[in-house]
Amino acid sequence: MTAAGTAPPAISLTGVHFAYGEVPVLQDVSLDVARGEFLGIVGPNAGGKSTLLKLILGLLKPSAGGIRVLGEPPRRARRRIGYVPQYPGFARDFPIGVEDVVLMGRFGLGWRLGPWTKADRSAAAAALDEVEALDLRARQIGTLSGGQLQRVLLARALVGEPQLLILDEPTANIDQRLEGEIFELLAQLNRRLTIVVVSHDIAFISAYVSRVACLNRTLVCHTTDSIDGQIIQDLYGEHVRQIQHDHEHTARASRA
Amino acid sequence: MTEFFTALTEQAFLRQALLAGLLASIGCGLIGPFVVVKRIAFLAGGIAHSVLGGMGAALYFGFDPLLGALAAAVVSALLIGWVRLTWHTGEDTAIGALWAIGMAVGILFISRTPGYTTDLMSFLFGNILLVPTRELWFMAALDLLLLLVVGLGYRHFIAVAFDEDFARLRGLPVAALYLLLLVLVALTVVLMIQVVGLILVIALLTLPAAMAGQWTHSITSMMLLATVLGAALTSGGLALSYTPDLPPGPTIILLAGALYLVSAVVSAALRRTPPPRAEG
Repeated sequence: MTAAGTAPPAISLTGVHFAYGEVPVLQDVSLDVARGEFLGIVGPNAGGKSTLLKLILGLLKPSAGGIRVLGEPPRRARRRIGYVPQYPGFARDFPIGVEDVVLMGRFGLGWRLGPWTKADRSAAAAALDEVEALDLRARQIGTLSGGQLQRVLLARALVGEPQLLILDEPTANIDQRLEGEIFELLAQLNRRLTIVVVSHDIAFISAYVSRVACLNRTLVCHTTDSIDGQIIQDLYGEHVRQIQHDHEHTARASRA
Repeated sequence: MTEFFTALTEQAFLRQALLAGLLASIGCGLIGPFVVVKRIAFLAGGIAHSVLGGMGAALYFGFDPLLGALAAAVVSALLIGWVRLTWHTGEDTAIGALWAIGMAVGILFISRTPGYTTDLMSFLFGNILLVPTRELWFMAALDLLLLLVVGLGYRHFIAVAFDEDFARLRGLPVAALYLLLLVLVALTVVLMIQVVGLILVIALLTLPAAMAGQWTHSITSMMLLATVLGAALTSGGLALSYTPDLPPGPTIILLAGALYLVSAVVSAALRRTPPPRAEG
């Protein structure tokens, strides 16, 4: 498949099936994500979006089908993926500062004992700077707002020097104005990274991503075209009233 | 109190006791914070109580009870860890079972060993006034081991305590680190048994660290403060118990409990009326 000299696709799924026990979650999902793409995965709740991400991260194994990430099996590619979870897996009252949280992303870049090095700390500062959150460096993780926490988690994903960035509902817990800011940031990062972002908000992300994949147990659409009402209806399986979103305006306004 | 200090200059056993308390506080400072933030106090309690099985068996077969304690603590730590990693549920049932079975085994062995009663009491409630020099060396060696492992691997332990899922994605051997952490908890339990006994170990393991957590903002500063608090509490409890001739172990624990209550109330009150902050 791989021609000489060209890098393998960032993600390659072929005929992937997955079930939790008897309940099928994903059926026959085939999808290639090229390097440098900004892919949005949309679909209804329980449509298998988070499961698909867990398969790509190697946290789950498909019951059938093949998955290659950055040309390797998911578990081996894992350290080259930056991951931003929907729900952070830690207690908000954990006694830890922002810098130390970001530094967690430096694990996996080589095995070393003892304290973090100067290089690690300056990488953490650079990552925080890139997400415009350097001023939060000395704050406690428990004192951050939803939007601030999201930036810090993004910095934690970036500090590990990933080639692929995967975000699960990065804007589910923050307000719309900040949502635009986060996606502006992702659009900038897309200049050097392949990005896959899961969202339930189809209209919003289509303004930013280069391609949308619609997932409801299987890939319903897989298109570079704009999404029309018919596709949304196919995807969600019932009549959905379309609302004119004005996120783009908000995003522009916040940039101005 | 002055009586205690004059006695300290005259009585070698009291100096030994003070030293034993200080050695135990290093363990309580290094490992206590992990027990508190990882919320494994019940697990640590299970390890502590199951240790009696090892001590009883060692006594019966004529080994040093501390070696029996060490073996039992490590084995039960690994057992509980394995249950949690394999089944994800049923952990607290397993801990409860091990807790009771360990004690039952210990008491059966001790009842078959002649002259058991004094030993049983000092196992359960500690006997800081009768720590032989040999055991001080044993405690110092355990401290050294804890310092070495935590000093080299503290970043990894914090990563696993903080966010297991993310640590796994960054390629850390999360299961192995978790088991290692439980083994360190087991070593700390053995370290403290001489001072406060296996029933009261859990208080010394959690209270200084929990207090430290109310006043600090990182695991490392929590470790330092918990060590200082542990040293102050063991020394203070020993001094308080001397003149009225009270058992030192329970005195230390009651002092720790009282200070914990004060610390909790004061820190909560301060948090409710925060000082004006410079930032917006």
